[in-house]
Amino acid sequence: MTNEIALRAEGLTKTFGSKTVLRNVDLVVRKGETVVVIGASGSGKTTLLRCVSHLELPSAGTVDVGGKPVGRVAIPGGWKPASERQLATQRRGIGFVFQRFNLFPHLTALDNVAIGLRKVRGFGKREARTRAAEHLDKVFLGEHLDKRPAELSGGQQQRVAIARAIAMEPAIILFDEPTSALDPELVREVLDAIRLLASGGMTSVIVTHEMSFARQVANRVIYMDEGVIVEQGTPAEVFGAPREPRTRRFLDHFTASDTRTSA
Amino acid sequence: MTIDWSIVQMAIPLLARGTVVTLQISVAAGVLACLIGFALGLAALSNIRPLRWVIAAYVDFVRGTPLLIQVFLVFFALPVIGIRFDEIWAGIIALAFNTSAYIAETVRGAVGSVERGQTEAAKSIGMFRWQILTYILLPQALRPMLPPLTNELISMTKNTSLLSVISVYELTRAGQAIISVHFVPFEIYLLLALYYYALIKTLSYLSRFVESRMPVL
Repeated sequence: MTNEIALRAEGLTKTFGSKTVLRNVDLVVRKGETVVVIGASGSGKTTLLRCVSHLELPSAGTVDVGGKPVGRVAIPGGWKPASERQLATQRRGIGFVFQRFNLFPHLTALDNVAIGLRKVRGFGKREARTRAAEHLDKVFLGEHLDKRPAELSGGQQQRVAIARAIAMEPAIILFDEPTSALDPELVREVLDAIRLLASGGMTSVIVTHEMSFARQVANRVIYMDEGVIVEQGTPAEVFGAPREPRTRRFLDHFTASDTRTSA
Repeated sequence: MTIDWSIVQMAIPLLARGTVVTLQISVAAGVLACLIGFALGLAALSNIRPLRWVIAAYVDFVRGTPLLIQVFLVFFALPVIGIRFDEIWAGIIALAFNTSAYIAETVRGAVGSVERGQTEAAKSIGMFRWQILTYILLPQALRPMLPPLTNELISMTKNTSLLSVISVYELTRAGQAIISVHFVPFEIYLLLALYYYALIKTLSYLSRFVESRMPVL
């Protein structure tokens, strides 16, 4: 981890109709840092990630990734909202791994990873496929390159999705409950892949309910409730000695049901 | 009622010639309709609002008026403002524009119903809107699009019989010509029905064959 800042989000707010799901959240992530976000369903964790990536446009607040603005462009004397095309370019700095994988079903595992390398990063076909194969190898899928998503298990699909994200070499990768849609026996292989990438210097924000995984892999843990960051600190601080009663209550409730240990 | 077999014998080759014209018109109008329909359907998914309105209005007009009137509009009304086609091309153009409106709706619907996560995943790797459409959504929409698309083309082929009213010498017109000389409606209309039936069955068999060769996602 360095002092270089990968992500700076300030004052992020999101309202859906009259409901505010994210309230004025600030989040700074340093290069190489692994930040794990925990909290009950509906606490705003997923919305936080979706607003950072601008898959959901924030109602207020700013996002900068790798020192560059996301969702806005500089004009003389201020800023204006980015056009859809500008946003697409800005978004290349942010990787996203979805709860339900969202692989492209008409493409093989290899092409799921290669398509972004070709169409977005502009590599030639051969180069894109070589690189894609290397990234799939990193998530232990070197033998499944030519399979379609439908021929892969959930855990394998999610690892393809991770390879697809890292292949774009974004400044940061956001993981939105990457194991929530998986059968229990498939959770571990996905967490292992993330753990390995995290130890290899990947910068990430991970929303998860896997508490023991969070404890091991996080440099920092954030607890969210009702759209705000209630508490954050090292895993030892947050899990070992939570300061806020709300955090304590959430964790108490959790240890009782945390049967899906991952180590 | 006895069937006059000599008439039937005489009619078979004449109707075959009409069938060739019907097929030619169907292919020409079908190709045009697909080109226009896909273009309109994809444009209807763009984020340019006035463009979407224009297409919606066009589709609404075509679907809200009878094909026969559209044929008359192209053949009789357009010449008044100086746009003139011969009867075959007027027929092809009317059919193509009519069918294109239905195809546009099919394309728009099929592409629009691809799961939203696909667009989000494509956005997350930095794709532009047209790239998402071309590389992600359209390939996935092709298979669900195919049955309604072939249905449109098959009903268009049946609708070519309407062009007999503007004297296009297609299958129906060829039959009517025989009837007007020999007054044998029973034999000829029965034969016409059989010819159309064989034509349509062949087309639906072909379309099912193409569908079965499309990969399932």
